[in-house]
Amino acid sequence: MTAFLSRLLGRLPIGYLQLTHHPGRLLAALAGVAFANVLVFVQLGLAGSMAESVAIPYRLFQPDLLIVSPAESETLSDASTLPRQRLFQALVHPDVTDGTPIYMSRSTWLSGQEASSSIQFFGVMPDAGEFFHDALAAPLIRLSLSDTALVDTLTRFVDMRSFAAAHSEAPVPFEMQNRQLGAVGTVSIGGGFGGDGVFLISDQTFFRMFPQRSSATPSHILLALAPGADPGRVAAELAQLYPPDTVRIRTVTEATDQEVRYQMTERPTGLIFAFGVVIGIVVGIVIAYQVLSADHIREYATFKAMGFRQSFFVGIILEEAIILAAIGFWPGLAFSQLFYHSLAYLTNIPIFMTPERAVAVLIGTIIACSVSGILAMRKLAAAEPADLF
Amino acid sequence: MSDVAITVSGLDHYFGEGDARKQALFDVNLEVGSGSLTILMGPSGSGKTTLLTLMGCLREVHAGSVRLLDQELFESDEITRIDMRRRLGFIFQAHNLHDSLTARQNVMIGLQVHGRGDPARHGEAADHLLDLLGLGERLDYLPGNLSGGQKQRVAIARALVSNPNIIFADEPTAALDKVSGLAAVQLFKDLGRARGTTTVMVTHDPRILDLADRVVTLEDGRVVMDRIQT
Repeated sequence: MTAFLSRLLGRLPIGYLQLTHHPGRLLAALAGVAFANVLVFVQLGLAGSMAESVAIPYRLFQPDLLIVSPAESETLSDASTLPRQRLFQALVHPDVTDGTPIYMSRSTWLSGQEASSSIQFFGVMPDAGEFFHDALAAPLIRLSLSDTALVDTLTRFVDMRSFAAAHSEAPVPFEMQNRQLGAVGTVSIGGGFGGDGVFLISDQTFFRMFPQRSSATPSHILLALAPGADPGRVAAELAQLYPPDTVRIRTVTEATDQEVRYQMTERPTGLIFAFGVVIGIVVGIVIAYQVLSADHIREYATFKAMGFRQSFFVGIILEEAIILAAIGFWPGLAFSQLFYHSLAYLTNIPIFMTPERAVAVLIGTIIACSVSGILAMRKLAAAEPADLF
Repeated sequence: MSDVAITVSGLDHYFGEGDARKQALFDVNLEVGSGSLTILMGPSGSGKTTLLTLMGCLREVHAGSVRLLDQELFESDEITRIDMRRRLGFIFQAHNLHDSLTARQNVMIGLQVHGRGDPARHGEAADHLLDLLGLGERLDYLPGNLSGGQKQRVAIARALVSNPNIIFADEPTAALDKVSGLAAVQLFKDLGRARGTTTVMVTHDPRILDLADRVVTLEDGRVVMDRIQT
């Protein structure tokens, strides 16, 4: 390794030799860098998981435009209701070919004395398959039967295996909201940070389950546009049809992006994840600093006396920083993968490693270790060659 | 290059500031010829180390003049002093070898200060010099596995390997036995004759005084004796 690095650097790899001279200290440093990596990966993983879990329900829909009430409109599940009249008003526009309302509410699945799961119910019109993901179009028709549901096989904290064969010819019975329902099919959506699963039911079943809700006040309105119509233009023109500040019209992509941004930047969870990332970076910088600023003052003073310039010392420190980052990253990545798998298995949240995240953390680790090196340089710059005599 | 390697004129030096300011050197005048071996002597606190570090470009010259290899150091900037130090060799009493480098690597560092080069050739030069100093069997030893005398010889090799114009040495024979000490000083003399390498050495070792071309004695920051030996 020394010979290889010598050829690579065109000089003795003093940073590498310094690091490996104290194997115990090196191992501690690598463990520290790996730990900081795990901290960052965990926070980024959770943040990514939140973004993914936010996006998954949106992927059920494929309308051209989504209309919501402007009040509490940042999230899909917590949006205020709006008058169904807005749907009929929209249908006046020549480029709006169809529309459908969606009704949303929550209920609790009780699995036992203490176990419970928060279920998000989507009440939809069974014949509105064109507004939903292609795979849902056929199962939605089954919801025409009253008191039936498509249940989420990934519902957290509920053993959903008995629903695997659910079909309209063999509904699997279950009870929620004091009503007997029959599962006539399944979807795979999964829980996120706001709930444990999503069940789809017809609008009529929805009103029976949630009698306080009215068909006149849906949660969202989905619109289909004529082929070739520009959603941005149509949204702007629709906005002119409505009284000011009564609706918010967006594409599904815009709504998804805005909710992800909202969850990440304005909700405490997102801020906590961001804070966790900062903590991880600070821990990494501190640990690397402890190693890079280790007591080499006398040796550096000797190099200064010999006529080495500051750039030489910067080179050594960066060499050490990059070695620490490049080696410490891998155990951090491995432990993080293990953590992701464990958490996904235990909680069903969509948490997984992405190549982009791995590369970003590797680059971030190198930068953080380099920052430590620059901070360490300030200490080592104090090496005074005249004091050697 | 002139026959004079170092010219010191009217050199004063101070440490501290304000009320704590203390003068360490008083009007020191000295001329050191190229290729000569000069020994600085004097009791502790007499200013010999301060003079050595000023001549070695390790401190800023406050007042007076130090002319080194035709370069004036008074009011010189840090870059000039760093560049000048590349033409010098330093031998420290405490060796100051790099703990994580082998004897060979410690000596190679003395060559690498001059820039990128072929590490293999640097290694050959280091091996040759260490062999000359009797350390041919210890090339791959870390300093922690060398005796004090062996470390000192590695430090001497490190100082000599880049063929410096001037060697500044602080008690270079302190850790050496009589034979090795005399051999090291004889090496400095031989380099002076063969290459014109100038050596300025602080020492209390009476065994080597006779080998010096010149002995300068300082007391309380002043030159009290300047004896040229033939």
